[in-house]
Amino acid sequence: MADTLWTRRGSAILLAGGMALSLFGASVARAEETIKVGILHSLSGTMAISETTLKDAMLMLIAEQNAKGGVLGKKLEAVVVDPASNWPLFAEKARELISKNKVSAVFGCWTSVSRKSVLPVFKELDSILFYPVQYEGEESERNVFYTGAAPNQQAIPAVDYLMKEEGIERWVLEGTDYVYPRTTNKILEAYLKAKGVAPEDISINYTPFGQSDWQTRVASIKAFGSAGKKTAVVSTINGDANVPFYKELSNQGLKATDIPVVAFSVGEEELAGIDTKPLLGHLAAWNYFMSIDTPENKTFIDQWHAFTKNPKRVTNDPMEAHYIGFNMWVKAVEKAGSVEPDKVIAALPGIEQKNLTGGTAKMLPNHHITKPVFIGEIKDGGQFDVVYRTEEPIPGEAWSKQLEGSKDLEADWVKLNCGNYNTKTKKCGGA
Amino acid sequence: MSPARTPLIDLKGLIFLGLLAAACLVVPLLNLMVPEGSPLHMPTYLVSLFGKYLSFALLAVSLDLVWGYCGILSLGHGAFFGLGGYAMGMYLMRQIGPRGVYGNPVLPDFMVFLNYKELPWYWLGFDMFPFAALMVLAVPGLLGFVFGWLAFRSRVTGVYLSIITQALTYALMLAFFRNDMGLGGNNGLTDFKDLLGLSVQAQGVRVALFVATAIALALGYLIARVMTVSAYGKILIAVRDAEPRTRFLGYRPEHFKTLAFTVSAMMAGVAGALYVPQVGIINPSEFAPTNSIEAVIWVAVGGRGTLVGAALGAIIVNYAKTILTGALPDAWLFGLGALFVLVTLFLPKGIVGTLMQRYGSRRAAAKLPPEPELAPKLVEEGRGS
Amino acid sequence: MHRLLALLLLCLTLTGAALAQAPADGAYGKLAAGSYSDIEAGVAELVTSGDPRAGTVIAALVDGRLYARAADKALLIRTGETYVDARTGQAAEGATDGLKALRLNNKVRRAVDAAQGQLNLLSPDPTKRREAADAVFKARDATALPAVEAAIARESDAGIKRTLSEARAAAILAKPTSPESDRLAAITTIQTRADGDAMAILRSLANDPSEAVKTASAKGIAAIETRLAIIGGVQNVWYGISLGSVLLLAAIGLAITFGVMGVINMAHGEMVMLGAYTTYLVQEVFRAQAPAWFDWSVAVSIPAAFLVAGAVGVAIERGIIRFLYGRPLETLLATFGVSLILQQTVRSIFGPTNREVGVPGFMTGAVDVFGLSITWGRLWIVGFSFALFLFLLFVLRKTSFGLKTRAVTQNRRMAAAMGIRTPWVDAMTFGLGSGIAGIAGVALSQIDNVSPNLGQGYIIDSFLVVVFGGVGSLWGTLVAALTLGVANKLAEPYLGAVLAKIALLIFIILFIQKRPRGLFALKGRAVES
Repeated sequence: MADTLWTRRGSAILLAGGMALSLFGASVARAEETIKVGILHSLSGTMAISETTLKDAMLMLIAEQNAKGGVLGKKLEAVVVDPASNWPLFAEKARELISKNKVSAVFGCWTSVSRKSVLPVFKELDSILFYPVQYEGEESERNVFYTGAAPNQQAIPAVDYLMKEEGIERWVLEGTDYVYPRTTNKILEAYLKAKGVAPEDISINYTPFGQSDWQTRVASIKAFGSAGKKTAVVSTINGDANVPFYKELSNQGLKATDIPVVAFSVGEEELAGIDTKPLLGHLAAWNYFMSIDTPENKTFIDQWHAFTKNPKRVTNDPMEAHYIGFNMWVKAVEKAGSVEPDKVIAALPGIEQKNLTGGTAKMLPNHHITKPVFIGEIKDGGQFDVVYRTEEPIPGEAWSKQLEGSKDLEADWVKLNCGNYNTKTKKCGGA
Repeated sequence: MSPARTPLIDLKGLIFLGLLAAACLVVPLLNLMVPEGSPLHMPTYLVSLFGKYLSFALLAVSLDLVWGYCGILSLGHGAFFGLGGYAMGMYLMRQIGPRGVYGNPVLPDFMVFLNYKELPWYWLGFDMFPFAALMVLAVPGLLGFVFGWLAFRSRVTGVYLSIITQALTYALMLAFFRNDMGLGGNNGLTDFKDLLGLSVQAQGVRVALFVATAIALALGYLIARVMTVSAYGKILIAVRDAEPRTRFLGYRPEHFKTLAFTVSAMMAGVAGALYVPQVGIINPSEFAPTNSIEAVIWVAVGGRGTLVGAALGAIIVNYAKTILTGALPDAWLFGLGALFVLVTLFLPKGIVGTLMQRYGSRRAAAKLPPEPELAPKLVEEGRGS
Repeated sequence: MHRLLALLLLCLTLTGAALAQAPADGAYGKLAAGSYSDIEAGVAELVTSGDPRAGTVIAALVDGRLYARAADKALLIRTGETYVDARTGQAAEGATDGLKALRLNNKVRRAVDAAQGQLNLLSPDPTKRREAADAVFKARDATALPAVEAAIARESDAGIKRTLSEARAAAILAKPTSPESDRLAAITTIQTRADGDAMAILRSLANDPSEAVKTASAKGIAAIETRLAIIGGVQNVWYGISLGSVLLLAAIGLAITFGVMGVINMAHGEMVMLGAYTTYLVQEVFRAQAPAWFDWSVAVSIPAAFLVAGAVGVAIERGIIRFLYGRPLETLLATFGVSLILQQTVRSIFGPTNREVGVPGFMTGAVDVFGLSITWGRLWIVGFSFALFLFLLFVLRKTSFGLKTRAVTQNRRMAAAMGIRTPWVDAMTFGLGSGIAGIAGVALSQIDNVSPNLGQGYIIDSFLVVVFGGVGSLWGTLVAALTLGVANKLAEPYLGAVLAKIALLIFIILFIQKRPRGLFALKGRAVES
């Protein structure tokens, strides 16, 4: 090799120096007294596609709060880390945020596995996590506040709508093979059977993450739909498998008037990657749509466009969940007069916050919130047209009434101080 | 090559083992004895973090054993790491007992909501630590043995071998992602409570796990060292450098390679088993091919064929990752990518390999052969005659 | 007051149509009522009423130009800024604020499709008549019977006539009062159609009161099932070929950079991604500058993607890889680093979210070949991948550049001695492989997410294909890609997507034991390490 030892040594020193510097930079404490808020969303890897937006949304909310004067007279400071879609790294970064950066609360996670990964950390170090994504339920923890939808706030109203409005008699439950679709489909299966749907009229199928070749599946959905009964697909297909799925649907000419697809994981952000013309009429169930016309939502969207300096950026349901969660946290801190987790956790249940769609969200004793449910049809331009909304906000159920294992469980952190109280044995389960 | 016997522990080995021993003394001292708030106090999260690095280091040593000394570039060592981790994870799940959210005394939570009525057969026995510990060695070992025996007997070499090891770990990842496997699907195994009756979150247990990992790393290093400096090791290196010639001399290269591969797989399994309680989760993404490729990169950064370098590379790269994901969340991949490119260009022998070349005696420096050639381009006609 | 006005208007405009128009009043009332079920019923009634304005009103409804006035339940159609009364077509009276657009959901949309079908049955345009016949067939509406029968009498096109008689049969079967002999004849008609829709109609007869109808429909179902099973098998082979062509696209660039040059190119997937992003950028330019020429953006995307990815490839070769020849394993390390950098660069520039890549018109829709549904998009991709393969084969076998590449590959020193500029050939070959990967990205952007992670999804499969086919053999790559694609798709219906893939991976592992150099092992140049 021609390169001299000097250059080799030089580069080694440079590398080591660079690392030492960055370590130093990270550990120097700020002189100014602030309240720190952790943001734990993947900025790289497979989940960056969904989570980066939430990081930006949190930065916007924090900047706004600071413009209003901060909390308890102190400015808020966002601490952003990148857990890189790597589940053990989520736990490591959560620990770092709480132990090293001393954040008062963390807003983060998207996938269930990332939440499961950080859970023990939050319990051990007694901190607060706000989790903004719709999920499978079956959980209620003292340190976690679930601002996304539980299954009863999304899946069941959607199925009701299809049954009543579209007269659907035959169901394909199509999902990615992980916990959220599995649980949701189990709940739906039990619900549909209770409504008198015959077992042979329900087809449940799971595909792996990142499934990109949907030819066979779409063809068999088509075949299942040719049994002489009105058929619909309930899709719990995850993230990046959706674009190829919808592209294949429109390729094979399956229109919403033939077999409508109602999705629980497809929002404005996901549609941004697809030409939505052929998808007109397919549905999604959420607790928020960007197209809902309220003054609060308009302000929020305008702020978002101003903050991102991009008038084309869309807003979505998990962003609203962070909006609600963050404001609830601010109110709870002010009510408790402290950012100490124990006091804030005690103050949070009962806090109310206006949501962006014209109602009020309330934090319940089971650490879930009340949410309205909207069914939207995909329209041109990647937006949704709301075709149905529930009259009243629906309270989130931590434990599903439809599942064998959880129907006797109850979560109440105010009276019972327990996340999984068994009403039959009168005991609080777990450790 | 000098006929003199290579000492079992050379200078770099001595430094390495010395550092590990020092870490075993200093870390518990700083964490348990020095009061919190003192500038010298070491927070518990750092103990677990370093423990994690050390388990990665053990994985890197196991990989270096087959890659550096045997010429087998495995792009699937994550498979063995993950299997060891799952064996440990299954033990930890069984230790939860009735403390799961559904309060089922036998079934882990995920089985309760997937309507399992009883424990699948392959979960039996995992409530006993000795059995689980045995499985940590046996499962990766058996897979490594069968896979190695098949592949080396058929003389699958070079890039073909690398790609089928990758196919192996990819297949395992897909399989473990399936919820029907009864191993928790994508969520994997989490929410561990006890290890040998002690809480995994207790400070003392964390320190003990760190020390155990350090000891396992030292042992792994010594085993690899024994294997490579012994007469067996000489043949191993001969296989690496000229497999056909070794075969013509009457040796059976496949036997030597299979043994090394099996030992390496077991070592990786132990690394995985120690990793799981320290990070608190095991999930199929440990089987992801990129994870295995990353492990190869640790070895290359530290110095292939040096063992110590492999361990050092694992620690450096992961430390850099920890720092950069916190300090530069939006741009850290640039840093990591640049690190890999710069190391290949400017430190072709890795950090330790370069240091040895500069300061070490000529004899001690590992003489790496030209790399096994992979594709037609690199074949010079007439070579080897 | 308003009623009086409306009456007055009516009186003024009423002519011979008055008698036909009267029953339509109910329909208009329902439309104005505003709930989805009302609108659905209103659309159906409007069509059966024979109101001459039905077509205009329904078209306005579809376009979202039909408004209801809350105050008096008047229906107005907006054209630009002006409003006309839906019933009469006269300029609208009264206030135009407080109007609410009538909205559609799937139920209404279905009713609209059926209604438009009936209205267009006599359209002079044959494509419209064909669509109309299909829509009426799908609607299975007994009330459409007279309209269909009238249309059959006038239809001259044989194909449309067949669809119409099928639609008639469907309508007969939907009408409970139709005589048994008609129903049996209808079943025979439907049965000849022999597709999923026919199956759906026959299946719905399972509870028919007549035994004869029941047995006839059961027989029909059995006959269709056999046919569909055969078609299904062929269809799976086609899916396999289509998946194989995607694998071929993903792997073909790697067959050069890795197969021919021996670089373990972990940044290969990122070249594909760059090609996809180039497609996006080209499309953006077309959308902004020349929307009418959008379909031609592909013609620009392909060379642009080749140039962008090729240029990046040459830069990587000159900047990094040329220092690493003779150290192939280190190319893995360096290109892995490059792949991280490229991903993050794209993420920083375009953001982490998906970008929308539109589908050109000629790639949408499907064609029916003997009951086999072949989508144009997939057909184009299959053709494109084979064309790319042949192009590459031609370059390597028949051009002077290809000759030099092969010379350098086989014996670098000898090639250099013959006066070939080996560094130049290296750079160009790597650029060619990268550029080809970029072109693959153009095609893959049609079926997959265009995100920074695009390349990651293909890299493992690409290596598997190249290795399975035999490193260095282009034909091997082709055969391997198609074999894996077809095998995967044939196994999928039985094993499911995941198990099929796992089975395939195990097959490859075992296959390599049998043939340690892949399908098409290169003789004489086999590598012994």
